[in-house]
Amino acid sequence: MRTRWIWTLLAGMLAASAATAATGPHANERYVLISHAADSDVWWNTVKNAIKQAGADFGVQVDYRNPPNGDLADMARLVEQAAARNYDGVAFDIADVDVLAKPAMRVTAKRIPLITINSGTQQQSEQLGAIMHIGQPEYEAGKAAGERAKAAGITSFVCVNHNAANAAAFQRCKGFADAIGVDARSSMIDTGVDPTVVENKVSAYLRNHPRTQAILALGPNSADPSLQALQRMGLAGKIYFVTFDLSSAVIDGIRKGVINFAIDQQPYLQGYMAIAALAIAHEDNTRDPAAIIAKLKANPAFQSRLKEYGLQPVYTNHGVSSGPAFVTRENVDTVAKYAGQYR
Amino acid sequence: MSSTTPHLPLTTSKDKPAMPSRAMQTDERVRRISPWRSFIGRPEFGSIAGTVLVFVLFGIFAGDSGMFNLDGVMNWAQVAAYLGIIAVGACLLMIAGEFDLSIGSMIGFAGMMMAVPSMFMGWPMWASVLFAFAGCMGLGWLNGYLVVRTRLPSFIVTLAFMFILRGLTLVLSTYFSNSTIVSGVGDKVGSDPLVSTLFQGSALHGLFAWLAQAGIIAKLPNGDPIVAGIPKVLLWWLLMAAAAGFVLSRTRFGNWIFTVGGDAVAAQNVGVPVRRVKISLFVFTAFCACLFGVLQVADVGSAAADRGLQKEFEAIIAAVIGGALLTGGYGSVVGACFGALIFGVVQIGISYTSFDSDWYRVFLGAMLLLAVLFNHYVRLHATRSK
Repeated sequence: MRTRWIWTLLAGMLAASAATAATGPHANERYVLISHAADSDVWWNTVKNAIKQAGADFGVQVDYRNPPNGDLADMARLVEQAAARNYDGVAFDIADVDVLAKPAMRVTAKRIPLITINSGTQQQSEQLGAIMHIGQPEYEAGKAAGERAKAAGITSFVCVNHNAANAAAFQRCKGFADAIGVDARSSMIDTGVDPTVVENKVSAYLRNHPRTQAILALGPNSADPSLQALQRMGLAGKIYFVTFDLSSAVIDGIRKGVINFAIDQQPYLQGYMAIAALAIAHEDNTRDPAAIIAKLKANPAFQSRLKEYGLQPVYTNHGVSSGPAFVTRENVDTVAKYAGQYR
Repeated sequence: MSSTTPHLPLTTSKDKPAMPSRAMQTDERVRRISPWRSFIGRPEFGSIAGTVLVFVLFGIFAGDSGMFNLDGVMNWAQVAAYLGIIAVGACLLMIAGEFDLSIGSMIGFAGMMMAVPSMFMGWPMWASVLFAFAGCMGLGWLNGYLVVRTRLPSFIVTLAFMFILRGLTLVLSTYFSNSTIVSGVGDKVGSDPLVSTLFQGSALHGLFAWLAQAGIIAKLPNGDPIVAGIPKVLLWWLLMAAAAGFVLSRTRFGNWIFTVGGDAVAAQNVGVPVRRVKISLFVFTAFCACLFGVLQVADVGSAAADRGLQKEFEAIIAAVIGGALLTGGYGSVVGACFGALIFGVVQIGISYTSFDSDWYRVFLGAMLLLAVLFNHYVRLHATRSK
């Protein structure tokens, strides 16, 4: 009985490994993207899809790795692991620069090209020895959204935080709170990721604080259930609703006018451009972001992906920012088609 | 429970009255057991065999990927070592028939107790670390006291502390740092000679530099050895495992642990201080969790509210893979250490293969099931043939 188990396992593993083989002149090249996100985080699915497509477009193999529970200390081990495996290029998100500084040194000490994505700043990226940073600074994004809300006359809000233990999530709340001039901590509720709990906590808060003018959801994990809470309470469309990131429920909400806008950091670009830039850095043996971006811009496969999904990267001197971009009622239809997959 | 007690080392050979060897041979009640049979009858056999199986599997699927290079080995060994430290504590506690579900939260809380006084109250680092250990062991004592006093299942009592401590960690960090992460602790640790010597970085730099110079181990492009030294967490793991293993198998207290887990009432009746044994094991488990927390904070340089999430389950899994019974009275420290090794190798090893990491939990679950079935089968086999 025991041997049959093992053989079943072996056969399954063989089948799985055969499925991921790439072909082409660079088929031996292998790149990795490491995120801090727990398995249950839906947002990173877009990045996963993006790196698969980048791998196909550049004919290289790509792995996606993440700490299953979202523990940053485990993520640090994964970055060290990437160095030990001698990948041709490593990309990861700067969930916390202190935690990742030492593991990143292992990568750069082996002269493996490194690109940082998602949260974190340009300065932190340089400190880690990365070629460039592709992402959206969280505090600034929160602040930009808050300024938009302030212009609409918002002076109080509740921040629905489904990831209270994460520093970046808090920065989003804080940016928004600073922009409209209130205290972030007293406006924040820690909901966890269970949708039923999120929904009930939001409706409880709104019952206790009936004067709340706006809701800031930090991602689909908190936006979708919050929206449901509003619908149950008959408040949908009456309360100013802002969310980070997109999901099909968020897009539907924008269409119906119950969500005023979403802050989109275009995750597809973070995944695709990171892998593409690493492949170019490896091929041309360069660490110059300007040269890499110039070559990437000229790549027809990349351009056709941008066109297909309606994406707009923001090119800068240092590299590129993927956001913040605002999705409103005006531009929601172009985004809708690919939401959750490529947008 | 009594079905498992016959082959327990209730009395070690040392405790037995010295018996002339001739009498032993002629006594028909004593049967000779071959060394092989006694080896496969030991609780750790399943996990040792499992470790071999895991290494063979990864040897096949990731043999050429760098997993078994020196830096690869250090990488997964470090993961195993962290888990191993708490698995040792969890294992002893499980043998005594109790659980601690607050281990994971205790890790986060220990990190915060170490970070907050040193970063925001001007305490020297050594005092904060001492404070963290004292605080954790105090909480461990409270856990144990509540369990033995109320006779409630430790499952429930420590579950409460799992939430309380996780919540307190978040409260502390947002109150003091206005963020869920307290950064800069690593530098503070580095400037305290005592704490950094004990908990930070790696040891034996000279040896590794020499090995690299001699061409025995690989070098980085800048000439440094590929691995700076042996991470201190590995040394701590070995120390804890050796100490706990010694206590469990060679001392009176170790026998008490088995007896208490086997049948607490019977143990009480023969004069074993059941309460003291249980409480001190809760304290020891808390100490292990705190050691994990302190080592991790010193290593990654910050304390955060989400550290140690679900580590309590990993520790219990490691102990179970290592042959400990959930009902208590049976298990071994060596087994738990191999359980932790399996866990570390699987967790990191899957990244060396080309499987999607989405499969990690499936793989882990299958591994756990396999280990438990294997243990069960071996134990049945070993006890039946006696």
